[in-house]
Amino acid sequence: MSTQNLHMYRRPEALLNVRTHYCAGCGHGIIHKLFAEALGELNIREETIVVAPVGCSVLLYNYINVDGLEAAHGRTPAVATGVKRAQPNRIVVSYQGDGDLLAIGTGETLHAANRGENITVIFVNNANYGMTGGQMAPTTLVDQRTLTSPKGRNPQETGYPIRACELLSTLEAPAYIERVSLHNPGAVKKTKKAIVKALQYQKEGRGYSFVEILSMCPTNWGIEPAAGADWIKTSMVPWFPHKVFRDRPAEAAAAGGKAS
Amino acid sequence: MTEYKLMKGNEAMAEAALIAGCRYYYAYPITPQNEVVAYMAKNMPRVNGTFIQAESELAAASMVMGSAASGGRAMTSSSSPGITLKQESISYMAGAELPCVIANIMRGGPGLGGIAGAQGDYFQATRGGGHGDYRTIVLAPDNAQELADFTVEAFDLADEYRTPVIILADGYLGQMSEPVVLPKPTGKTFEKPWAVTGAKDRKQNIIVSLLLHPENVLELHNLHLQEKYERITQKIRRYETYKTEDADWLLAAYGTSARIAQKAVDKLREDGIKAGLFRPTCLWPFPDRELAECASHCTRLLTVEMSHGQMVEDVKLAVNGAIEVDFYGRAGGALPTVKDIIARIKNYEHSEFTHVQAS
Amino acid sequence: MKQGIPEIDKERCKGCGLCIANCPKNILEMANDINSFGAYYTICSDESQCIACGACSLMCPDAAIEIILKREVG
Repeated sequence: MSTQNLHMYRRPEALLNVRTHYCAGCGHGIIHKLFAEALGELNIREETIVVAPVGCSVLLYNYINVDGLEAAHGRTPAVATGVKRAQPNRIVVSYQGDGDLLAIGTGETLHAANRGENITVIFVNNANYGMTGGQMAPTTLVDQRTLTSPKGRNPQETGYPIRACELLSTLEAPAYIERVSLHNPGAVKKTKKAIVKALQYQKEGRGYSFVEILSMCPTNWGIEPAAGADWIKTSMVPWFPHKVFRDRPAEAAAAGGKAS
Repeated sequence: MTEYKLMKGNEAMAEAALIAGCRYYYAYPITPQNEVVAYMAKNMPRVNGTFIQAESELAAASMVMGSAASGGRAMTSSSSPGITLKQESISYMAGAELPCVIANIMRGGPGLGGIAGAQGDYFQATRGGGHGDYRTIVLAPDNAQELADFTVEAFDLADEYRTPVIILADGYLGQMSEPVVLPKPTGKTFEKPWAVTGAKDRKQNIIVSLLLHPENVLELHNLHLQEKYERITQKIRRYETYKTEDADWLLAAYGTSARIAQKAVDKLREDGIKAGLFRPTCLWPFPDRELAECASHCTRLLTVEMSHGQMVEDVKLAVNGAIEVDFYGRAGGALPTVKDIIARIKNYEHSEFTHVQAS
Repeated sequence: MKQGIPEIDKERCKGCGLCIANCPKNILEMANDINSFGAYYTICSDESQCIACGACSLMCPDAAIEIILKREVG
């Protein structure tokens, strides 16, 4: 009797062998890793173009071995639209944070979704503006303290956190909308599945896919990374529930199954 | 046989873009350039191109950026307030060295201003317009034919120098119908190995405008851009002269102002007054040496603009104090008149004459 | 029961501790040492207890942990 060892988990090939600039415990690292894994599993690395936003993930292309470009703040889905229309047979991913997607680029977000652009939007919601040091985001929770809501977000003054998935679900065109999170290993697995599904749908030409990922920003939240993961579960998830809001391809398959 | 077509300036420009191989056009409607948007909506499908009526000027310019980064020939157009919004992406594209064509069919400002043609965006166009140290090539047609011809050239210039090219025309040129001979494609092709097309069998292509290291990266990038702008400045010298050889009085004007000034030159010549016109057809780089040369034998120079004095600053820089530079302009959609120009020049003649008598 | 070995690349590790917090066997801990970037890093105190569940590698933001599955053959 002898033992034979094999890798159960290997670092994905699409991930470049460099240290990221992200803080310890930042969710972007997990999402990059999952995205890189998805590129490998679907064998689409060589045909993928990533549009990076303004925000912490602006240097995304330094970590993932795909073609990439930077959009102006908030214009990420518009740039992605321009890329996709010029190269309809490429996989185009718009990777965005909460400021990019829901504040300075709300118009671009809604209209790319409304046109049903065959792109994938990965939305990293960490309830604050990380890159600039932790200011209030459109997704900052009520009473959450940030640099620009020092006494906690007061909805009487700044409104309530915006729910992107619910907002986009009012539109007819999007094919797939799901909210997932990173608060524990099981949630991370589901996040990976959602990313793979979104990219798969794009590959099949199903149309606009949107994955919102609740992610931790322990540095700006002022807590330990593990506590950050817990905070997602205890504070963010009640306001931003996990849900598949739209899955047209699956709905069509189910309807087809019933009919036959 | 030459085939003339009666076309609005805006339509001539749009058709010329298609001839030049523009296959990606994104815009937001704004008067007085709406004909471009409508023409593209109707005709892009004919060439299997993409037209999107974008949700905003910012989005339209960003879509241009995406298609330009993909290696396509992309264009947007607008009018003054819309061009202000597009400055965001223009700066990004200048920084990332992406070729594209942006037409500004100028209207009166500031602010929402009016919808009649004007030339108040000269500074914005020739000084970069957005944030950061950059310039864009600025072509200045003065009729529908040139709107078409310059558009075809603009795409080649954009690709050759990897830079945004602005077509700066006013609302009158965009709206006026004139006979046009549609230009032929130039046939020039440009390799774009830098385009983001998927990293297959090669290293990643990355199109950035964020360069965080001040001394060893961003400064070098800026120096590279400046070297390119210097190359452009050496190479592109575009202007036309009209009866300048023996002129005592030189007019300088572009676009619609130049058409009015040219008429004034003819009228003045009928009265025996030797006037001439210098018309830059590219505003950046500005044909400064050529203007100085042209002005060297003139007594005085009058710059005519549909603004309160923007190109006149470049004119003054060009002649560098060698002769007196005067300015006549009207703004907000009002046009300079032939009569006023003639009166000015005749006044110079008169004061010069009295000056000679006194000395 | 599966048996695994967590292979931790200490140079990639930033010492965030997400792996430690999520290890069901509590066999991960922070080293009393820093890597060349000045970060504390995770070590496994008892590989024999590893069940190759993958929780640590899933949670790791720096892809610093690979999991090797031990298989008995013969």
